[in-house]
Amino acid sequence: MSSTPVDTAVDATARARDLLGVSRLTSSALTAWLHGLPGVDQVGCEARAAALGTRSIKTDSKKWAIDLAISMIDLTTLEGADTPGKVRGLCAKAMTPDASDLTAPRPAAVCVYGDMVATARATLGTDSGVNIAAVATAFPSGRASMAVKLADTREAVAAGADEIDMVIDRGAFLAGDYLRVFDEIAEVKKACGSARLKVIMETGELVTYDNVRRASWLSMLAGGDFIKTSTGKVSPAATLPVTVIMLEAVRDWLDLTGEMVGVKPAGGIKTSKDAIKFLVAVNEVAGEAWLDNHWFRFGASSLLNDLLLQRQRMTLGYYSGADYITDDAPSLY
Amino acid sequence: MSRVEVKKTYKLYVGGAFPRSESGRSYEVADSKGRFLANAALGSRKDARDAVVAARKAQAGWAGATAYNRGQVLYRVAEVMESRKAQFVEEVRAAEGLNPTRAAAAVDAAIDRWVWYAGWSDKFTQVLGGLNPVAGPYFNISAPEPTGVVAVLAPQSSSLLGLVSVVAPVIVSGNTAVVVTSFNRPIPAITLAEALATSDVPGGVVNLVTGNPAEMAPWLASHRDVNAIDLTGVADTDIAWAELERAAADNLKRVRRPLIVDGSAVEPDWTLSPGLSRIESYLETKTVWHPKGK
Amino acid sequence: MTKFEYAPAPESRAVVDLKPSYGLFINGQFVDGTGTSFKTISPATEEVLAEVAEASAADVDAAVKAARAAYTRVWSKLSGADRGKYLFRIARILQERAREFAVLETLDNGKPIKESRDVDVPIAAAHFFYHAGWADKLDYASLGPNPRPHGVVGQIIPWNFPMLMLAWKIAPALATGNTVVLKPAETTPLTALLFAEVCQQADLPPGVVNVVTGAGVTGQAIVDHPGIDKIAFTGSTGVGKAIARAIAGTPKKATLELGGKAANIIFDDAPIDQAVEGIINGIFFNQGHVCCAGSRLLVQESIADEVDRRLKRRLQTLRVGDPLDKNTDVGAINSRAQLDRITSLVAAGEAEGAERWDTGCPLPEKGFWFRPTVFTGVSQTHRIAQEEIFGPVVSVLTFRTPSEAVAKANNTPYGLSAGIWTEKGSRILWMADQMRAGVVWANTFNKFDPTSPFGGYKESGYGREGGRHGLAAYVTTGEGA
Repeated sequence: MSSTPVDTAVDATARARDLLGVSRLTSSALTAWLHGLPGVDQVGCEARAAALGTRSIKTDSKKWAIDLAISMIDLTTLEGADTPGKVRGLCAKAMTPDASDLTAPRPAAVCVYGDMVATARATLGTDSGVNIAAVATAFPSGRASMAVKLADTREAVAAGADEIDMVIDRGAFLAGDYLRVFDEIAEVKKACGSARLKVIMETGELVTYDNVRRASWLSMLAGGDFIKTSTGKVSPAATLPVTVIMLEAVRDWLDLTGEMVGVKPAGGIKTSKDAIKFLVAVNEVAGEAWLDNHWFRFGASSLLNDLLLQRQRMTLGYYSGADYITDDAPSLY
Repeated sequence: MSRVEVKKTYKLYVGGAFPRSESGRSYEVADSKGRFLANAALGSRKDARDAVVAARKAQAGWAGATAYNRGQVLYRVAEVMESRKAQFVEEVRAAEGLNPTRAAAAVDAAIDRWVWYAGWSDKFTQVLGGLNPVAGPYFNISAPEPTGVVAVLAPQSSSLLGLVSVVAPVIVSGNTAVVVTSFNRPIPAITLAEALATSDVPGGVVNLVTGNPAEMAPWLASHRDVNAIDLTGVADTDIAWAELERAAADNLKRVRRPLIVDGSAVEPDWTLSPGLSRIESYLETKTVWHPKGK
Repeated sequence: MTKFEYAPAPESRAVVDLKPSYGLFINGQFVDGTGTSFKTISPATEEVLAEVAEASAADVDAAVKAARAAYTRVWSKLSGADRGKYLFRIARILQERAREFAVLETLDNGKPIKESRDVDVPIAAAHFFYHAGWADKLDYASLGPNPRPHGVVGQIIPWNFPMLMLAWKIAPALATGNTVVLKPAETTPLTALLFAEVCQQADLPPGVVNVVTGAGVTGQAIVDHPGIDKIAFTGSTGVGKAIARAIAGTPKKATLELGGKAANIIFDDAPIDQAVEGIINGIFFNQGHVCCAGSRLLVQESIADEVDRRLKRRLQTLRVGDPLDKNTDVGAINSRAQLDRITSLVAAGEAEGAERWDTGCPLPEKGFWFRPTVFTGVSQTHRIAQEEIFGPVVSVLTFRTPSEAVAKANNTPYGLSAGIWTEKGSRILWMADQMRAGVVWANTFNKFDPTSPFGGYKESGYGREGGRHGLAAYVTTGEGA
């Protein structure tokens, strides 16, 4: 199992031709391939997700799951009103999630706008173990020229981002212009250099589960290192059924190509109970290789504190409260 | 020295809440002997308008609930009504001047009628719908669906049994209702509203507006976002209900005319078994085709 | 050693008040039987749960007399609306005591608590709720003019869904105005006895429902009793045939819901991930102890290898073990006798040349267990393709075209259910037309609802339960013969 090597980005089109078995990668070739994927029955998919949600995770396995979930968080602030102060607070929290219990693990990354990367780096330094993910490509709408989107990406990378979270052009996808979506992802991947690329499909706007499946495969084909559900700016964001479909996609991609791709549900995951349901889904749908923050992330902000609250409860043996969890990023309002 | 009672204020029931009339008006409600009972809110056309907005907002969700769920909710209303029986009996007595035995019988009948309708929620589709044996390789099925928002003029005389008999059949299938209550006998309606509000009935599914139907009915009859109107409550009023029917024709509302006996609108005998007629009045039948082939 | 171990998550037994012994429920009271007694055990641990009375012929006679008296003096004189109110009460009490019933069902039957809690008990309550509403609406159910009850009905139910089968039997019987003598299966009597308490809490008039526990001899006494007007039986085809023979030439009526060997048909354009779930729900739900189980997997040959691979990978995440653990997916086999039957048929399958595979999961030491098992390379003539195994064993066959799938699916004396997996709507409807089966599931499986009629063609029995159609067996209109 490997992560996508750096030079695959250059060969994305060549590899795609190979996988599809065509001499030229055209939109119609992509259409035939994507539309040939098995369909998703909505009712059946939701029933599976609901069944996974009935797993009862207790005691030791709950402790383990809480710590794993914390380590999988991309701690996020993506507001127009973000200031250096806000970002510094977020990074400080990432480095010390629970001031009263230094055994708490650190989240995997902070996730900020590209122009905040430098501020984040100044606070985190280079050996905190917390990565910096930057959103790019005219996040969240994706409505800008390719030149602007690539410039957005390059600046974030130059400022020191370890990971880039891009958005696909949903308009192009829904209009059936799969080649355009493919090319954009491949180009952004090139611009990432050694940074890992997460592809946000904005599943809430894709609406159908068939679309989620097709967008997942298109994103993986084009060289994404991660497929991600949402920007968090549109509702519904990350749901369990959508994540199950994405987990099925990465599982089947591994069978087909021998490569692993990561999965990141983002937006709307607020409670530890929710997070643990997602971990159960990872475990039973994709497999335990994905139970690792190199391959699975939660895009979240308030989730971290709920996980810490539950962690305190399990350590103390009684219920804790918000006063005992530091909040470095309270709401503006 | 006998205890000084806390007197109740009677408001409207719209969108699951109990607002006063936006007009700020009220009117005196007297008991059957003419003695003052309470000030009820005098609903205005704007209250009726707001009720239609609330009913429309609630309709998709209510129709989208499973039939089982709607049946459970309606049965729960009956449970809550039963627990408030003494209150209902007292109010029906005062409103209609019935002796205690007959008032109790009317309340019992109202609760039982509600249970009757609760039990139809997951059955009327089986009775009114079905497979059609078309002459071709097609699957063809007809199924009834709720029409949407229904305006109801509740009967003037039967303040609880009559009210229940016109409201329950509207909502059992997934319609939502805007009800103008009996002008002179509105108090049991507000207690019914309290029962609805505490029974898992989503806000907006039933909206009860007290006041004068002569004032509000024309606005509901002409309202383009109302899908059907029940004119039962025009009996024993001076309302020219033909005018209401004419206004309803603007958007071809489904109109349920009042019961006519000897050329006049009369209030039905609510003790008779209702059958399916009042459920059917507010249903649309949808027929779907699909080919059958390998 | 796995990365993410699920710690034990046991549901507490404390909610159930198990008595050391139970009597019979006759005429509204618990009374001692005049026969012997037997023990009911937990199939997961083999511990004895309680001693239960074995109803003798005299006990059955007393129950039938109580039912007749209740019918004549009370139940037949009540309005439909009043009968309905009793059923509404029962439905609500079942909802209130849902956890208690779920735990007791799991203890006595061996099925996972997840299933008793999420399927058996809620649907049982829903059956009572649905039928409560029919009690005063029978004239609308297209049953004919003036539908009247038969009188006293004898009901014999199986061990696979004890509480659910009780609801399927008692609810329509009472709604239509009959009174009941019910015999639960000898390995699963406890929830029926708890239900008797619910009847008391609902103030159901004494004698309307009577519960007589026992085995085959007690069942025979019910079938043979001249005071029984109608029999409703769910169980094996063999016993069903015996009942049909026993009542031949008498005025007694019967409905029978018997065995099955359903084909679950997967086409190459099926929504594949959901189809795999459907295979699992079809045959491993309830340990495969399901008359309508999808026990024959008919997979289109072009995707047979892929389905096989996906199915076996998915089966590795099925958790077999303590039924009271909330994470258990597959519980215990209900009895030693059933386990022996499964084992013997599976051995026959191997001997016939089919290829056997199972998940290899660890099994508890005590109790009755069988690993989820897949047989590939199965032919129609194999015993494992013809006979009902009634366990967590699926036999996989292939087909090439829709017509061939139809032929293979129908090529059985059974006809209870079928499954069809394809994204193509017209094929679903064409296939459904062709299936000689009483229940057809398309892109789903093992879905039950009180409004949806259930029952079989051919040797899977006759009569329907649930829905408007299910009322028909419980009434007579006196027209025609």
